[in-house]
Amino acid sequence: MLLKRLTEASGASGNEKEVRDIIVEEIRPFVDSVRIDGIGNVIAYKSGKSPAAGRIMVTAHMDEVGLMIKDIDSTGLLKFLTVGGIDKRVLVSKAVVVGKGKIKGVIGSKPIHLQKRNEWTKVLDINELYIDIGASSKDEAEKLISIGDYAVFDTKYEEFGEGRIKAKALDNRVGCAVLVELLKSSLETEIYGVFTVMEEVGLVGAGPAAFTVEPDVAIILEGTVCYEMPDMDSHQIPTVLGNGPAISLVDRSTLYDSNFRRRIVETAERNSIKYQFRKTAMGGNDSGKIHTSKSGCITTAISVPTRYIHSPLSVISRDDYDNTLALVKALVSDLEKEAL
Amino acid sequence: MAFNSELLRKLVTVYGPSSREHLIRDMISEEIKDHVDELYTDALGNLIAHKKGPGKKIMISAHMDQIGLIVTDIDKDGFVRFGNIGGISPAVTFSQRVIFENNTIGAVYSEPVDDLSKLKLEDMFIDIGAKSKEEAESMVSIGDICVYHAEYSENSNVVFTPYLDDRVGCFVAVEALKSIQKPENDLYFVFSVQEEVGLRGAKTAAYGVDPDFGLAIDVTTHGDTPKAKRFAVGLHKGAAIKVKDNSVISHPLVRERLVHLAQEKGIPYQMEVLEFGGTDSGAIHMNKSGVPSGVISIPTRYVHSTVEMASKEDITNCIALLKAYLEERL
Repeated sequence: MLLKRLTEASGASGNEKEVRDIIVEEIRPFVDSVRIDGIGNVIAYKSGKSPAAGRIMVTAHMDEVGLMIKDIDSTGLLKFLTVGGIDKRVLVSKAVVVGKGKIKGVIGSKPIHLQKRNEWTKVLDINELYIDIGASSKDEAEKLISIGDYAVFDTKYEEFGEGRIKAKALDNRVGCAVLVELLKSSLETEIYGVFTVMEEVGLVGAGPAAFTVEPDVAIILEGTVCYEMPDMDSHQIPTVLGNGPAISLVDRSTLYDSNFRRRIVETAERNSIKYQFRKTAMGGNDSGKIHTSKSGCITTAISVPTRYIHSPLSVISRDDYDNTLALVKALVSDLEKEAL
Repeated sequence: MAFNSELLRKLVTVYGPSSREHLIRDMISEEIKDHVDELYTDALGNLIAHKKGPGKKIMISAHMDQIGLIVTDIDKDGFVRFGNIGGISPAVTFSQRVIFENNTIGAVYSEPVDDLSKLKLEDMFIDIGAKSKEEAESMVSIGDICVYHAEYSENSNVVFTPYLDDRVGCFVAVEALKSIQKPENDLYFVFSVQEEVGLRGAKTAAYGVDPDFGLAIDVTTHGDTPKAKRFAVGLHKGAAIKVKDNSVISHPLVRERLVHLAQEKGIPYQMEVLEFGGTDSGAIHMNKSGVPSGVISIPTRYVHSTVEMASKEDITNCIALLKAYLEERL
């Protein structure tokens, strides 16, 4: 299953090959051309039944947040740093896989019995954590691991509850999966499908991709923050699980074009597709680099609400996934008729 | 040149927060269309006015956009919550009136707080006087942006009003554009979008125009009020020629030429060394292979408040300096 394969693949920023290979294999039979650019982005072109009114680029970033090995100590334990924004509170006692060989490991720390009372109330710093790969010496560890190897959470994809999915890296394999399905489907309109690298470390791949493709309109597919608790006021809730794809208003990287947003809302309403707005100004995504590339373009970000992102276990609703794909498909065929 | 208060009043009054600049763009287009050879708008909404001349290509950039508040939520009782567009200070915004594109007016207030100095935007709301959520939703929508709603005032020395940043820059550019009859250089006046959220419009405009030189016209801050932070710029001391801010170090070619012209023509000027902030030249000078760029700044007190204050003399001197720079063959 596509989302299972994509989320279980290792692909921390700068190390997207495994994810990229799956994507290229999936889409190749369904697109007119596919190539990998100098920085590692996948750029695919798919003709439609009719040409678009402008050049449409749909993007999703392939990378996930992860860890990188920076040192191996004398006992064979691995010291690491974070790649992208990981909340260090989620790291302790998590299973990870390290390097190309997918060596199993556990993030360890001092057990509670040995901690001083004041240590209980503090978040352990990265320097106080290590990855234990079961090696008993530095030499043994070095046979399996090199400095610079990446590690990602070791999480199996699972479906649970009422149409819920839990997996690692749903930010942004969920966007990749939607885009793969879009490219595999029969389209009214020609599009460029772009899978970018290194979004989590500063929107690195998106700039070069936009420079090459020169879109008039870009649709950025994401897994975005979702957080709801009963005691929260409505304005504190960015997105609600199950309420449909979240359309961005504003974030740290982009002020999304409001005319385009109105058109997306019309498309959703005409096709009876559930949607919501992403009600926070925090965060940012590839749109930041795309809409200011060359002479600029119009962008939107459409996201699958994702609980617990940037952690070993994130959660989405299957309905939201389906509605996101439906909305993007409807939107792309609408853009055939009239440019913005 | 007589001070055209009427034009400045119009410029600061027209609605145009970052990403919703179409009304101010229309107003400026109308104002300058008879004085330019070519007028067009790019994908992000920058207004680009080309006044043809034989010399080097100069991009003059003044941003049209304003800071504002964007609606993120309408609660069950019809109160409106918001995020910031650009540098919105909670203290300045508390108890202000705001106005939306559709002319809906609201009052900004906050949940009860013990200490106003600790006020955060997330604790504040806009009260548009709606009796219910449904009524509020008929007046404003999520994603709508409002701006400060306050009076333009002036006396013989100064103007004070919200949004001198950077409509006074637009004013300086428009006045210079109109007064130049036969350009010696190839002039691209850009009225840029989305400066307040990170010089985004100037970046794409510069790519399109591909200039040989860049010159931004924007407000700078002040150091001449009681116990102000040390800063050598003040009101009534002339046009400010920027040496640096956080986005750009002015190119010596541009800066020295501005100083030379000011001295030669007897235009009062002051040098500006700003330790924070940025303006369109920050984006322009990094375009493609690099563009020598500078800035003429209008000294302005209380920037990003509803009582931004600038000197009429300084504004007139900025126009004179810009005109002098553009009129001599580069």
